[in-house]
Amino acid sequence: MPRTVTIDPVTRIEGHAKITIHLDDAGQVADARFHVTEFRGFEKFCEGRTFWEMPGITARICGICPVSHLMASAKAGDAILGVRIPPTAEKLRRLMNWAQIVQSHALSFFHLSGPDLLLGMESDPGQRNLMGLIARHPDIARNGIRLRHFGQEVIRILGGRSVHPAWTVPGGVREPLSPENRARIQEMLPEALAIVEQALELYQRLLPQFSEEVTVYGDFPSLFLGLVTPAGGLEHYDGLLRVMDGDGRILEEGLPPARYREIIGEAVEPWSYLKFPFYRPRAQEKGGRYQEGMYRVGPLARLNICDFAGTPRADEYLQAFRQLAPQGKPVTGSFHYHYARLIEILFSLEKIQETLADPEITDSHVRSKADVNQLVGVGVSEAPRGTLFHEYHVNEDGVLQRVNLIIATGQNNLAMNQTIAQIARHYVDGPSLRQGILNRLEHGIRLFDPCLSCSTHALGQMPLQVQLMGPDGTLLDELTRA
Amino acid sequence: MERQQAEKTPQERPAQRGKVRLATAWLGGCSGCHMSFLDLDEKLIELAEQVELVYSPIADAKEFPADVDVTLVEGAVANVDHLLLAREIRANSRIVVSFGDCAVTGNVTSLRNRLAVDDLLTQVYREGPGRAPTGGEPDGVMPALLPKVLPLHQVIPVDAYVPGCPPDPDRIWAAVTALLAGQPVELPPEMRRFG
Repeated sequence: MPRTVTIDPVTRIEGHAKITIHLDDAGQVADARFHVTEFRGFEKFCEGRTFWEMPGITARICGICPVSHLMASAKAGDAILGVRIPPTAEKLRRLMNWAQIVQSHALSFFHLSGPDLLLGMESDPGQRNLMGLIARHPDIARNGIRLRHFGQEVIRILGGRSVHPAWTVPGGVREPLSPENRARIQEMLPEALAIVEQALELYQRLLPQFSEEVTVYGDFPSLFLGLVTPAGGLEHYDGLLRVMDGDGRILEEGLPPARYREIIGEAVEPWSYLKFPFYRPRAQEKGGRYQEGMYRVGPLARLNICDFAGTPRADEYLQAFRQLAPQGKPVTGSFHYHYARLIEILFSLEKIQETLADPEITDSHVRSKADVNQLVGVGVSEAPRGTLFHEYHVNEDGVLQRVNLIIATGQNNLAMNQTIAQIARHYVDGPSLRQGILNRLEHGIRLFDPCLSCSTHALGQMPLQVQLMGPDGTLLDELTRA
Repeated sequence: MERQQAEKTPQERPAQRGKVRLATAWLGGCSGCHMSFLDLDEKLIELAEQVELVYSPIADAKEFPADVDVTLVEGAVANVDHLLLAREIRANSRIVVSFGDCAVTGNVTSLRNRLAVDDLLTQVYREGPGRAPTGGEPDGVMPALLPKVLPLHQVIPVDAYVPGCPPDPDRIWAAVTALLAGQPVELPPEMRRFG
């Protein structure tokens, strides 16, 4: 008789969720589901507000990546105004965006996943957190804190505060960068660069200890989606949508992001508030099964789809990263999201350095003024976790009639479900659960670094409970950490 | 499916003797307050000397423990899970702090209050393909949404308030140091603003 295992809450991820594992009659894992239990309703309650307010409101979707929402929202606003923002404003927005990649990726690697990687996947849960990391590996913990601080401080210098800065607006940004503040950021760069290089060496040293995890923590072919520069380079703020399949074939070379609906559909399931985005053309080929259109976004996808990174050190590491897959194939193991994240931190720091050396960066013309000229605006950005879309439909007064948000974590929903199913099949044996397995399943989710407060810009929350269910839906075993 | 309410007993914790038992919880919010807490940066290392983090989104305890000295609660009360957790927090914490504007007033999380829950879900999930979550009746997996999002003090008694969206790290440090010293949280006027 089939049964289910539930993990509730899932911890050390940014949101509220639970996992259920479903067994078949033979006691083997048939399926695993990742349930997002938080719903907040942004798409709906924003109707009737003006698009001018949207950067401030949608930043509150997520405290970890508010900058991504500020960017996508302001860019949707730029499109409604129908203006080109001043070149310096774009450079400043990019600066803040890279700073956010640094802080968010540092949080994921050091604060949230570091305890698993350095203390052990099945180590004492009472110590397996940032505080335990501080106790056991004070230098590494301090490095993580310092690196995240760099990103948060750059955001604070540009926008006045590190979380929800009211700085990016339709038409540009509110405040230019002073030469003094440019110098402050430049002074902080060497330390940050040194820390990320050390972290990359650490990761390469640790990797052999995780050879088993690398093969079962979500290693499967999938499509990959993200932005690239017009020349095919690594991109986080603008550019074109590219889609690659699991064999490295390019399915979409460079689609303008405003046309995202042509390729992205969103399915829903009654057991999760998180929608299931899929790649429409593939689902159509496969007789309409949306699951066939599974794709991954975020650091792993971005490093797979780009032709090159575009900065010296990051390009060296990108070469090493590509050695993980056969020639010309994408890296398919989700475990390597960690690696990709560190490479992106390095890339972002190099780009910040390069951008600050541009004399135009301190120019004072940073905002274009206009009123409603278009009734639809789509804004896109690469959030730390993947591609983010904001689509606004307004009336002549700029009042929102319809809002659609496609969040990065949502796009990894199918892949997260497949990842925990793969981990469960490997480690779950029969109707009972070992405590250690709980954390392995959670780490499978942590690889994608989901921010579920984001994803269910609808309404919800994320603790992890694992339930083991039989084929008839009876509860066999349940694990929660007391 | 009912979750078992385990009998809670203070654990033996010889290694942690003398440390303040601190918990942080996250209800209906964006985690921005927790991010601002992490912006304490190196002060976190100082804090690790003084506190034991017994429950938090950044730690692995799944059940809210007994005998907690201070709990910081981020977010408003938006669904049944939040409500149950809030009550459990109150029953097991000496001091409960409304941490950030969503906990204090409902803030952005409560912007949905002008809409009926059913309409909200129907509209957000209507386009499919697939069957939408109901959000109404508890089904054992998905917590039912409350008809209105509530600030924390409308659900449980609250001992201290730290406003801000998010409260900045200085404000958090002022509150936390007072709490660790067993003092009341008395913020100066400039630290009592919303937003």
